Amino acid sequence: MVPTPGGADARGSSPLPPHLWRELAPQVLGVMVRRYRDFAACEDAVQEALIAAAAQWPREGVPDNPRGWLIHVAIRRLTDHVRAESARRHRESLTVSLVPPDEQIAMAADSDGARGHEREHDDTLDLLFMCCHPALSPASAIALTLRAVGGLTTAEIARAFLVPEATMAQRISRAKQSIEVAGRQFEMPAGEALAARLGSVNHVLYLIFSEGYSASTGSALIRTDLSSEAIRLTRLLRRLVPDSAEVAGLLALMLLTDARRVARTDAEGGIVPLDEQDRTLWDQARIAEGVALISQTLPLGRVGPYQLQAAIAALHDEAATADATDWRQILALYQVLRAISPNPMVALNHAVATAMVDGPAAGLAELDGLTADARLANHHRLESVRGHLLERAGDRAGAIACYRRAADRTTSAAERDYLLLRAARLEESSEPTAK
Amino acid sequence: MKYILMMNHPGKGPYEVMSWPEEDLKRHIGFMKTFARKLAAAGELVMAEGLGTPDQAKLIRAGKDGQPITDGVFPESKEFLVGFWIVDVETTERAIAIATEASAAPGRGGKPMSIPIEMRQVMSTPPVEP
Repeated sequence: MVPTPGGADARGSSPLPPHLWRELAPQVLGVMVRRYRDFAACEDAVQEALIAAAAQWPREGVPDNPRGWLIHVAIRRLTDHVRAESARRHRESLTVSLVPPDEQIAMAADSDGARGHEREHDDTLDLLFMCCHPALSPASAIALTLRAVGGLTTAEIARAFLVPEATMAQRISRAKQSIEVAGRQFEMPAGEALAARLGSVNHVLYLIFSEGYSASTGSALIRTDLSSEAIRLTRLLRRLVPDSAEVAGLLALMLLTDARRVARTDAEGGIVPLDEQDRTLWDQARIAEGVALISQTLPLGRVGPYQLQAAIAALHDEAATADATDWRQILALYQVLRAISPNPMVALNHAVATAMVDGPAAGLAELDGLTADARLANHHRLESVRGHLLERAGDRAGAIACYRRAADRTTSAAERDYLLLRAARLEESSEPTAK
Repeated sequence: MKYILMMNHPGKGPYEVMSWPEEDLKRHIGFMKTFARKLAAAGELVMAEGLGTPDQAKLIRAGKDGQPITDGVFPESKEFLVGFWIVDVETTERAIAIATEASAAPGRGGKPMSIPIEMRQVMSTPPVEP
């Protein structure tokens, strides 16, 4: 992300490296929200503390415990605000209820430090759970997560999602309001509830990643940064919950998918399908990290959808050529995935794998069984997959018709271009494809 | 001053580009991408969007009960909006020049399409009082 000059963001003149800011801000906010619950007020207070730090630290040096300093100042700002507000409204009781009794006296800057890293982790995790609260729409959760945990400015998030800054500011502000309502009865979940909430966080992080990865419109450069941000946040989440196999699976999936990013589009931004990608462009360091991660996670035996998708991505990434792809194993993995997480896209991918193992006719037969699914009947992906399988089966006219139907239905300009070009190429190829 | 330049697909029937040969398609797509890049580099591009195909278009009206009345494709329409640019330029002449260039996008056999571009001014904020 390109830092915004002159925004309400304190990083510009900071004596701290930007990544430290980005790590400190959510930690401080996590502590504040955990204590006081009032998300919007805490965020304002943290912003003010960051701005104070940006003004003071260059003059007086960075304090020994920057985190403690920021927490201390943020608490002071928050209590100032609450007092001013309640005085204005003659509602002294609010101060008492909002600020816990033991903290109505200003705290020592590092009083929080005693409980150490565990507490710090809990605070950030708590913040993630809040931002990805199931009460929020995905769009709101994404924006809030990037703002509060990612530490991106509203302007940066707006640019990444190609909406005006005022629109994004409003989306974030509405999300905060929902959080406040939900936050009142918020408690750190445990057991199955914890797994469910972790699932919501995973989902939001995955959506952020896909948004950057698909880069269907607008400036691809800005949007791919969303993928990097999602990976960074997932690494953070993994540090917070190292025992979660699905978080590890999600991180592996992101790494193994992101490894192919450069090869996925040509110089003009056109789509290059997996079997035509220049595999020398794939990021081997990413692949190695992702493969190692999924290899140590799968044997744990707590298999979930992200781990399975990561395992499939690993098989693609490890194939030296498209022909060398281990489709048999991919098919087996899709079978498990279809059993534990049935959805139309998994069913489609399963049909592709079937076609690669047992031939296009078998894949096409499987597709016929899917047309009854209302979610797929008019979906461009169904027609696109059918087109590819018909092309492989030698039915050129059928394939062309499918590609053009898919082009008609897709909402991605890049995909439409790809499908139309594919249809045109097929129409012009003088040699009929082999049966 | 800002203008919206609307590219309309002339005539009835399916999207013309749907059945173009590969070379013509490539040339056309390449032109559109370069065109947007050039406008952006000149600091004149506000936004450019392509729209979904007319087959997917819907016409929506609120009924008496406030419920939506949705029509599907409307074959009586003579033309369809396929995409638009919003540009921020110094002069009307410059906007016309940009529209002319867009209109000459290469079509079948690389021949300029002379596709009609409707140009409308985007309303601005009220003038600042002196």
